Amino acid sequence: MSERETILKVEHLAIQFGGLRAVDDVNLEIKKGELYGLIGPNGAGKTTVFNLLTGVYKPTLGRIYLCGEEIGGKSPAEINRKGIARTFQNIRLFQNLTVLENVMVGLANQIPCNVFESILRLPRHKRSEKEARERAMELLRVFKLDAYSDYLAANLPYGKQRKLEIARALATNPKLLLLDEPAAGMNPNETQELMDDIMFVRREFDMTILLIEHDMRLVGGICEKLTVLNFGTELVTGPTAEVLANPAVIKAYLGD
Amino acid sequence: MEFLSALLNGFSSGGTYAIIAIGYTMVYGIAKMLNFAHGDIIMVGGYAMFVALVFNQPLVALAFAILACMLLGITVERLAYKPLRGASSLAVLITAIGVSSLLQSLAQIIFGAAPKMPTQFMINGAITLGTFRINYSTLVTLAVTVVIMTALTVFVKYTKTGRAMVAVSEDRGAAQLMGINTNRIIAITFAIGSALAAVAAYLMLMKAPTLSSTLGAMPGIKAFTAAVIGGIGSIPGAMLGGVLLGVIESLALSVPQLAPFTDAIEFAVLIVILLVKPAGLLGKARREKV
Repeated sequence: MSERETILKVEHLAIQFGGLRAVDDVNLEIKKGELYGLIGPNGAGKTTVFNLLTGVYKPTLGRIYLCGEEIGGKSPAEINRKGIARTFQNIRLFQNLTVLENVMVGLANQIPCNVFESILRLPRHKRSEKEARERAMELLRVFKLDAYSDYLAANLPYGKQRKLEIARALATNPKLLLLDEPAAGMNPNETQELMDDIMFVRREFDMTILLIEHDMRLVGGICEKLTVLNFGTELVTGPTAEVLANPAVIKAYLGD
Repeated sequence: MEFLSALLNGFSSGGTYAIIAIGYTMVYGIAKMLNFAHGDIIMVGGYAMFVALVFNQPLVALAFAILACMLLGITVERLAYKPLRGASSLAVLITAIGVSSLLQSLAQIIFGAAPKMPTQFMINGAITLGTFRINYSTLVTLAVTVVIMTALTVFVKYTKTGRAMVAVSEDRGAAQLMGINTNRIIAITFAIGSALAAVAAYLMLMKAPTLSSTLGAMPGIKAFTAAVIGGIGSIPGAMLGGVLLGVIESLALSVPQLAPFTDAIEFAVLIVILLVKPAGLLGKARREKV
């Protein structure tokens, strides 16, 4: 196989909260189109790594490169515009907006139109609104949410809210999609459906995906490569099957 | 008939309260702070119009005041509130009170303590049908209120910036992660609120041409009450609360025995509503995130 482009490269990433090194010397390299899993026991620092990647926290040490460009220390909005989008462990949709409007918020930076054009209702405002509406509908159709476009996001069933979060993240046109425990709270059937959806997103959008997950069936089923975190440090990195069979990993999860 | 004109007057003064209350409620919803200097922006709007009377055109003066207030609102936010983003809400509240005193004192230093009487904004005359009587100024206020409320509703619902405002008010963190520049959205919110404050100044001087450094103080408090009654953070709530408060005020004023107690009645209504619905009429009870 030819060498694929590196989308995300993380070198010696660390963050200190007071006396606690929540994340220490974490290295990642994710290639284009890869489905990469970040796993580890509770409190291992997985979500903290996501927060560092998306700019919610500033790294104490280390560098983060997105397609070769350093993004460490930039604001969350800037990093999103550079090409990282995420979903949340506890769903964070805009509950008072409709399903369609949630996706349109994600599209905001994709479609040019400033506030003065909107207030004065210049032609570009109308065009951009129409375009945003159409592109949002397209995304909803992909996720079979188009029938719910006028629902308030809060009124969607749980599994569909998760899908909507993915659709909203994709609307920002990312190079890298971060999924934070997408299967949390799902039953086995829903998890299976989710796995199909993740594979579909990768294929359809040619997307590179980094996900945090506890559900080993999902991780084993779809991730190609894994990094295991334990107490904020990198325990093992490698192809999924190898990592899951590694005695150190089993020990970290189950204890002695 | 007297009841009907009292009701219409109530809608009209309620409209002014609503326009001011929208400024409080939008800033609260989006920047999560109580901007107690909002009333003083009205006062600055009043003086800006007074200064712009050199053009001898009340509407030109209004346009000038709107621009001046927008600029002031954005500047105050940038200099006084933005550095405190993430600070405790008490620190921000006290800063807002400080800005309020600052603006009032500056107005007194520049324009003196004695009130100005810019009668050029007044609209006299009334429609009389038998015992029914309604001032032109009341009708103008009603029309302006309806136009502003409709425009604002359309803006929030059908523009990119409006949706971003709703998103930021709900979950600032998630909005940032969707690429929304929250500082810009907060600045726009202050600009809109301050522009509405300038319009409110015009409506007030249209009825009573007394311009002093405390012009915005009482209407500011009343409008804040209206915003809380309607559910602070909710734009329709501010509209409802403002109109409700105006009607209560006007009806109380029309009964001679109640008239001296008008302010007390209004604030009593606030207390009763908060006892029954602590989040206000259209406010949603917030679950605190742990």
